[in-house]
Amino acid sequence: MQIFVLLLTLAAMTVISFYLGRQRALTVAGGNIPALNSLPSYYGYYMALWCGIPVLFIVISWLLFESAIVAGIVVASLPDAFAALPDQQLNLVLNEIVNLARDNVTAGQASSDIATAAQLYNQIKAVSSGLLFVLSITLGAGGAAFAWNRIRVQQRARNKVERTVLIFLMVCSTIAIFTTLGIVLSVLFEAMRFFQMVPVADFLLGLEWSPQTAIRSDQVGSSGAFGAVPLFAGTMLISAIAMTVAVPVGLMTTIYLSEYASPAVRSRSKPLLEILAGIPTVVYGFFAALTVAPLIRGWGESLGLSVSSESALAAGIVMGIMIIPFVSSLSDDAINAVPQSLRDGAYALGATQSETIKKVIIPAALPGIAGGILLAVSRAIGETMIVVMAAGLAANLTANPLESVTTVTVQIVTLLVGDQEFDSPKTLAAFALGLVLFAVTLTLNVIALYIVRKYREQYE
Amino acid sequence: MNKRSKGKHSAAERINAGLARRRAVERLFRYTGLLSLLLGLTFLCVLFFSIISKGYTAFQQTFIQLEIHFDEQKLDPSGEKDYEALSTADYGSLVKKSLRTAFPAVTSRQEQRRLYELVSFGAAYQLRDMVLADSALIGQTSRVWVPASDDVDMLVKGHIKRGVVEAERRLRDIQLVWLDKLETEGRLSLKFNTAFFTSGDSREPELAGIWGALMGSILTLSVALTLSFPIGVATAIYLEEFAPRSRWSDLIEVNINNLAAVPSIVFGLLGLAVFINFMSFPRSAPLVGGLVLTLMTLPTIIIASRAALRAVPPSIREAALGVGASKMQTVFFHVLPLALPGMLTGTIIGMAQALGETAPLLMIGMVAFIVDIPSSIFEPATVLPVQIFLWADSPERAFIERTSAAIMVLLGFLIAMNALAVILRKKLERRW
Repeated sequence: MQIFVLLLTLAAMTVISFYLGRQRALTVAGGNIPALNSLPSYYGYYMALWCGIPVLFIVISWLLFESAIVAGIVVASLPDAFAALPDQQLNLVLNEIVNLARDNVTAGQASSDIATAAQLYNQIKAVSSGLLFVLSITLGAGGAAFAWNRIRVQQRARNKVERTVLIFLMVCSTIAIFTTLGIVLSVLFEAMRFFQMVPVADFLLGLEWSPQTAIRSDQVGSSGAFGAVPLFAGTMLISAIAMTVAVPVGLMTTIYLSEYASPAVRSRSKPLLEILAGIPTVVYGFFAALTVAPLIRGWGESLGLSVSSESALAAGIVMGIMIIPFVSSLSDDAINAVPQSLRDGAYALGATQSETIKKVIIPAALPGIAGGILLAVSRAIGETMIVVMAAGLAANLTANPLESVTTVTVQIVTLLVGDQEFDSPKTLAAFALGLVLFAVTLTLNVIALYIVRKYREQYE
Repeated sequence: MNKRSKGKHSAAERINAGLARRRAVERLFRYTGLLSLLLGLTFLCVLFFSIISKGYTAFQQTFIQLEIHFDEQKLDPSGEKDYEALSTADYGSLVKKSLRTAFPAVTSRQEQRRLYELVSFGAAYQLRDMVLADSALIGQTSRVWVPASDDVDMLVKGHIKRGVVEAERRLRDIQLVWLDKLETEGRLSLKFNTAFFTSGDSREPELAGIWGALMGSILTLSVALTLSFPIGVATAIYLEEFAPRSRWSDLIEVNINNLAAVPSIVFGLLGLAVFINFMSFPRSAPLVGGLVLTLMTLPTIIIASRAALRAVPPSIREAALGVGASKMQTVFFHVLPLALPGMLTGTIIGMAQALGETAPLLMIGMVAFIVDIPSSIFEPATVLPVQIFLWADSPERAFIERTSAAIMVLLGFLIAMNALAVILRKKLERRW
C-alpha cells in the first residue's frame, strides 16, 4: 500500500511540474508567446520529464533489488552456524524470517536467532521504505527545480521533449528483440546444464523416456532415462492426425467459400468458422477428453478394437478441428491473391470450374498454401492444452493412433508443474525439450514465411 | 488425346462424350467443398452443444431446507456475543442436530453418518455467516435453505441414476428414501446457484465458484493491458513512422513476425526462467502472468497497430507537415488519433487471446489451489482457463457441469470482447 501512496504522490508531482513549467515559460516570455522557441506546453512537458524520469528509474530499481539486498543484510547478520548451511536450507530459514516479520506467523517454534533476524528485517524494511520516500521525492523535486531554472525564451524545449519521446519509441521497439533473445538464452542456458548431465546423443536418439529420478540411492526402477524419441514420435503422430483432419477440410472449405458460395453464404459462414479459431485451447482439451475420447473408445470397442481412453486419435482430431480456421484463412489469402485473369483464361479454354481450381488456381496458390500448412504444422507441434488434457503421459513408441502417446509439450508441462528443483535433470529436461520445440517451430516458421513472401512477389 | 484425335470422331464429339463425366466430377468436387464447410460448422455446433448441455445445470444448485435451532448453549455459552467465540463455535453440530430431529428414526451411528452426508460442509459456514451478521438469531429457531452435498445435487439433476444397483451408486437406498421424504415435504429444491459466481475455488463441488479465478483473470489482464498497449503502439509508431529502412529495423520486424508464431508454452518457459528464477518475482502472481501475456500479445498488437497506421493516407501527414507541424506533432496529433480505432480493435483481440491462454500460466505456477479471492497483483491467483483445467482434472462428477459452466462464462467473455472489437471497427474506422 505504501508504494501506491508513493507512486500517487510522484504522479501528482509530475503533473504539477507540467503546469509549473508551462507557467514558467509564460512568465519568462512576459506574455509574448511567439517569442518562445516552443509552444508553452512543451516547457511543461520538459519539466515533467525532468521530474518523472529519474524518479521512475529509482523506484523501478528499488523494486527490483530491494528484497535481494535486504535478504543479504539479514543473512549476514545471522550467527555463523547459519552461514554454513547449504543454499536451499538458507532459503527456508530466510522464508521463515520473512513470514515471521511480515505476518507474525511461524511454522513451529521460532528460535531466538530467527526472532532477532525478523526484527532486524522489519527495521531494515522500514528504513529502506523511508529512504525510498525521501530519495525519490527529493530527486523528483530536484529534477523539476533544475528544469525550472533552465527554462529560457530561446530554449529548444520541443526538440528535447521530442528526442526523449523518440528514444522511448526506439526502446519499446527493441523489446521484440529482447524477448527473442530472452527465450533463446533462458532455454539454451538451462538446456546446456541438462546436457552436462545427459549427453545430447542420448537425449536426441534414446528410445526410452522415464524422467523420474531416484530420490534415494537404493530406490528401484527409476534411474531416469531421457531418450526423447518416443516424445518426438508421439508429437508427430498427433500432429499428423491433426493435419489429416485440418488440411482437407480447411482447404476444401476455403475453395468452396471463395469460388462457389454466394456472397450471403460466405459472409455468414466465415465469421462462424472464425469462432473455432477464437475458442481457447483448454476448451478443446475438455471437449477432447470428455466427449470425443469416450466416443471413439465406444466406436472402437463396438468394432472389437482395443482403444486407449487417452488415444492419440481423439487428441489429434480435436487439434485438427482447432486448426481448420487457421488453414482456411491462410489458404484464403493465397487463393484470393490469384489474379482473376488466370481464372478467366481457364474458363475461356472451356475448363469447368473444378478443373480451373485444380489445374490453375491451386498450382498458382500452392506456395502460399504450402506456407500456410507449414505454419499450421508448427502450431500443431506447439499446441499444449489439448494434448495435456486428452493425450497420455506414458511414453509409448507406437504408430497406432488408438494407443496412448505423449508429446513434447505434455512432458514440458508435467515436468514443470508443481515444485521444482533447478539442479535435477528432471526439471532441466523440460528446458531441453523446450529448446527442441523452439528450434523446430522457428525453422518451420522461417521456411513458411520465406515461401509465402517469395510467392507474393509473383503477381505484384 | 492427340493420338485419338486422328481417329474417326470429330473434336466436338469427343468433347461431348467426356462432358457427362466432367460434369459429374464438377458436382462431386462442389459437394465435397460444401461437405467440408458443413463439417466445420457441425464441429462448431457439436462443441457448443456438448458444452452447453453439460453445463447449463450448474447454474442451479440443490438446497435442503432445515429447521435450525441456534442453540445458545452451543454457540454462546458465555452470553457475551464475542466475535471471536462466535466465529469459532461448532455450527456443524447445529446442522447435525437439525437433521436428527427431522429423521428421529435414524439411530445407529452409521446411518447417522449417512444422513449427515446429505448436507454440504458449506452449511456450517453459511450458519456462521448468518449468526455473525445478525447475533439476534442466537436462541431462535428458523428455517434455513442450506446447500445439499454434490451427490444429492447430482441425483436431483439426474446424473446419478436411481435405477443402478446400490453398490455402484454413490448414494445408498436409505439416503434416497430420506431424500424422497424431504422432497414430498417441499424441503428439497433447485435454486439459482449464486455461490458459483461469488466464491473462490473449493474441493467441494457444491461450494466451488469462479469469482476467484475471474478476479485473477482481471488482474492478470490489467497488467498485460497496461504494459502491452503502450509498448505495442509505441513500437508500431516507431517502425511505421520513424525507423529508417535498415538492417536493424528489418531484424525487429523478423523478430516480431517470428514471435507471433512461437508456441505459447515457450513464453511460459521464458517467464519461469527469467521472471521467477532470475528476477525472483513471486510465483503464481498475476504480475508475472501479466508480464508473460504481455510478451505473448505484443506481436498481435504491433501487427494490428502497424496496419492501422498504414491505413491512414499520406495526405494527412503531408498536410500537417505542410502547415509547419514537426514529425512528432504530425504523428501524435494527426495520424495517431485516426489510427486509434484500428489499434484498439487489435488490442481487444490480443486481450481476448490472452484471456483464453492457459499453457504459459501453468509454467509460472498459476495452477495452485487457491481458495482466497486475490486482491492485488502480488498475491497468488489463478485465472479462468486454468481453473477450467483444474476442475476438468477433478474426479467428482459434479465438477464436470461446473467446468462446462465455467467454459460458458469464459466463452461469453470472449464473444463479448470480439463483438466489441467488431462494433468498434464498424463504428469508428474510417474508410478513405
